[in-house]
Amino acid sequence: MKKQKINITIDGIKLAVDEQCSILDAAKKVNIHIPTLCHHEDLCVAGNCRICVVEVEGQRALSASCATPVAEGMVIKTNTAKVRKARKDVAALLVAEHNTQCTTCYRSMNCELQEIAAEYNVDNNTYISLVDPNYTIDRSSWSIEKDDSKCIRCQRCVRTCAELQHVNALTVANKGKEMKISTFLDLPLNEVVCTNCGQCINRCPTGALTERRFYDDLWDAIDDPKKHVVMNTAPSVRVALGEMLGYPVGTRVTGKMVTAMKKIGMDSVLDTDFTADLTIIEEGTELLGRLKKILVEGNKEVKLPMLTSCSPGWIKFIEHMYPNHLGHLSTCKSPQQMFGALAKTYYAEKMGIDPADVVSVAIMPCAAKKFEANRPEMNSSGYQDVDAGLTTRELGYMIRQAGVDFLHLEDSDYDSLMGESTGAGAIFGATGGVMEAALRTVYEVVTGREVPFDNLRITPVRGTDGVKEASIKLENLLDEWKFLEGVEVKVAVAHGLKNARIIMDQVEAGTSPYHFIEVMACPGGCIGGGGQPIPTNEEIRKKRIEAIYAEDEGMPKRKSHENTEVQKLYKEWLGEVNGHKAHELLHTHYTKRNRY
Amino acid sequence: MAPSNGLKRVDVIFGAYASTKYLILQKSIRREKQEIIQDIIDSGLRGRGGAGFPTGLKWKFAAAQPGNEKYVICNADEGEPGTFKDREILMKVPQKMISGMAICAYVIGATKAYIYLRGEYQFMVPDLQMELDNFHEQAREMNFDLTIELRMGSGAYVCGEETALIESMEGKRGEPRNKPPFPVVEGFHGKPTVVNNVETFVNANMICRIGVEEFIKLGTQDSRGSKLFSISGDTPKAGVHELELGMKLSDFVAEFGDDDTKAVQVGGAAGFCVPRKKFDSTIIGFEGMPTGGSMMLFNSSRSMYHVLHNYLEFFEEESCGQCTPCRVGCQQLLLGIEAIKRQERPASYLNQLLKLSETMKIASKCGLGQSVANSFSSIVENYVEEMIY
Repeated sequence: MKKQKINITIDGIKLAVDEQCSILDAAKKVNIHIPTLCHHEDLCVAGNCRICVVEVEGQRALSASCATPVAEGMVIKTNTAKVRKARKDVAALLVAEHNTQCTTCYRSMNCELQEIAAEYNVDNNTYISLVDPNYTIDRSSWSIEKDDSKCIRCQRCVRTCAELQHVNALTVANKGKEMKISTFLDLPLNEVVCTNCGQCINRCPTGALTERRFYDDLWDAIDDPKKHVVMNTAPSVRVALGEMLGYPVGTRVTGKMVTAMKKIGMDSVLDTDFTADLTIIEEGTELLGRLKKILVEGNKEVKLPMLTSCSPGWIKFIEHMYPNHLGHLSTCKSPQQMFGALAKTYYAEKMGIDPADVVSVAIMPCAAKKFEANRPEMNSSGYQDVDAGLTTRELGYMIRQAGVDFLHLEDSDYDSLMGESTGAGAIFGATGGVMEAALRTVYEVVTGREVPFDNLRITPVRGTDGVKEASIKLENLLDEWKFLEGVEVKVAVAHGLKNARIIMDQVEAGTSPYHFIEVMACPGGCIGGGGQPIPTNEEIRKKRIEAIYAEDEGMPKRKSHENTEVQKLYKEWLGEVNGHKAHELLHTHYTKRNRY
Repeated sequence: MAPSNGLKRVDVIFGAYASTKYLILQKSIRREKQEIIQDIIDSGLRGRGGAGFPTGLKWKFAAAQPGNEKYVICNADEGEPGTFKDREILMKVPQKMISGMAICAYVIGATKAYIYLRGEYQFMVPDLQMELDNFHEQAREMNFDLTIELRMGSGAYVCGEETALIESMEGKRGEPRNKPPFPVVEGFHGKPTVVNNVETFVNANMICRIGVEEFIKLGTQDSRGSKLFSISGDTPKAGVHELELGMKLSDFVAEFGDDDTKAVQVGGAAGFCVPRKKFDSTIIGFEGMPTGGSMMLFNSSRSMYHVLHNYLEFFEEESCGQCTPCRVGCQQLLLGIEAIKRQERPASYLNQLLKLSETMKIASKCGLGQSVANSFSSIVENYVEEMIY
């Protein structure tokens, strides 16, 4: 059946569009710009900010273009006096409600309200300011700051928390002038089910939701001659940082980023990809160990499917929502925490530095990493393993503050020790990447052969589908692994906590068919993390993912077990994989939390 | 005082007929559905909640929707300031309303209906439930499949808006939806739903009883039928009165005023203020000034600034807060008139506020925000001096 087309006219331009197409999307097709605030491509339609109003012939009132589907013969005008006046008035109302401390706002120059207010040249004094002079900012969370004085009630955060993440930590409370975005019982963010994923931050049009910033503390550490600042950068930072510093979306800026960090004054710039490779070794061995315990020893205590544990948003989610299933989680720490534990032990020892003087800082695409760094159990080095987790955005700010001309920097390589990485570590940043990296190694360990995929691209676990599945049959195995002969290993990949819930409901019901599942809290994986440059949408995330895979294919080594520094770490210092020392430093435990 | 020429009292809504045997329903379910719809259309009946949408069309749209899961909802949230006529119906002749709902359910093909009852009307629940039990028994005997359930509101004004009401019934925050889709297409649980006011169902039932011809003898060309008026304020005859639509406001004031009437607020806080000089030129009905029934009379002892202030306080609290023009606009109107009164803003700021009320009228998401401008502009424009000095 042919899809029905709807004929409409926008500003005199005739066009035919699909049924259910909104006026906003129709206007985009003919390059007519309509301002939006509450609208976000990732979220359901709200139609509540009213900045996108247009005139539809025959209607007394204006229509919100984001929320109004086209109808046959509709005649739309987007640029009339009535429309312009209404938009300007709506912008002025929002400005009156908003704390316009733009000069000092973290989101200045990256604020959608600021942009619209400038576009319509709104007078700050048109209306009476509604900002409570005694407003307070919720800084209770390690990860997220909530400043209601800057909130414009667009509810994007609420929709993000509910639709994309199924967390519902944020909600609308009260009505009328008291209406605000709140939490369960109006509790501070650190006392509710918030997973710290920061997806709300990425979709907040203003500075109402931001990550808690720690770059000033980092500057202090850099300036302190006694301190030895060790940085490590997560895989997905290098494919997104450029967006803040003048590069188009999807540009890989790895070498420039390293140079910039060295110029800023870090003592050592290392790579989280190193501990990503290390994670694969530990986690892959853990998986094989679990399979052995079940298949050979008949151990009923061991839990399958095993779930990945790299994503701290996901960890907090499962701790709140499925507290009785924590045994499924891999006990491996995330690459960030492995790095921190090693930075103050192995690294300090090898470099001859007092671990008390090592400041270990992770640059992450993530808001939840801040919380993770401050978990009480994360001190196996004898110190707080990771002193601070900074976001990609914070690093962007630091580079700007340092006056580094990013566009004209030379490339440099990561320092050593713990600077070497493989393509397998790099793809951790995209959804499916951990799974792909794990399969590349585990398959080779048990068969002695490379995974049977063209150029190591395990395509079934790639892409942006919410839940992806794959299976791989283990045949002609090495003697040591004969017990797995003929086993079809079933894996799944989920990203975005909405999809994690699908996976976990199966686990809870005892119907999960998988052996191993990768879960990332954020849509698209870490490249879509809550600490990444703003804005975000499907297209941006896809470009970052492409860049990650290009990074992988540009690496001389693409399998974690080939990382020579990792091999050296085990040989010279750590001992056995999954061994005693490894367990002490690289593994962790989880905490049951309440559901409210 | 005898009624003046243009003012006709009627007594059909409470009077004459209220059958616990649901005879009108019995008769109606043997008729063709299309025939009933046509009758309702021909009667010219328009919604009695205030918006005045043609009832027959609403039923027709819902009936034409495919699928067999449809709903009928009676909007008994009666929250408009100054309105208390549904309360009388609910207490005195609930059978007429229930019968109207059942006829609607028959016509559109619904087997489930709800009465969304104003939270403050909790005291009526036992009596209403008793009548519903009786109805269910009668329906069983007629072999007519319809269950009617009571649902309680919780006091939010905005839940009288039909889509907010549906959201509330679905257990969500009472916030209006984007329209389209309209409830007749996607309503309760996403299914075709007719939402009508209490009095509308009573009228529909009445049309089925007395026939179109009798019904259109009441009222005028554009405003068919009679209407219940909730009359309050400076009047010696406060209460619920049934009058034919289409009267002059001057006739109304002659009957209900206290000989010192300065203004009448027609249609509640969401309605219009009519000053004395316009009484004679104002017709109460869809051809002139429509009303959900609220008529508030003010005499010369009243300050219109205080009247407006009171309405705006109401609105800034009762806005659902979802859309910008209504949430922020209501607060700005209130703060604005206060600032002018205190001389913190010049009198000319009233013009800015009038422009704002115009924006609210055309850019708000639902009828609540759109209608704040009605009372605001009609009071401000007619009583500028009272606003400033």
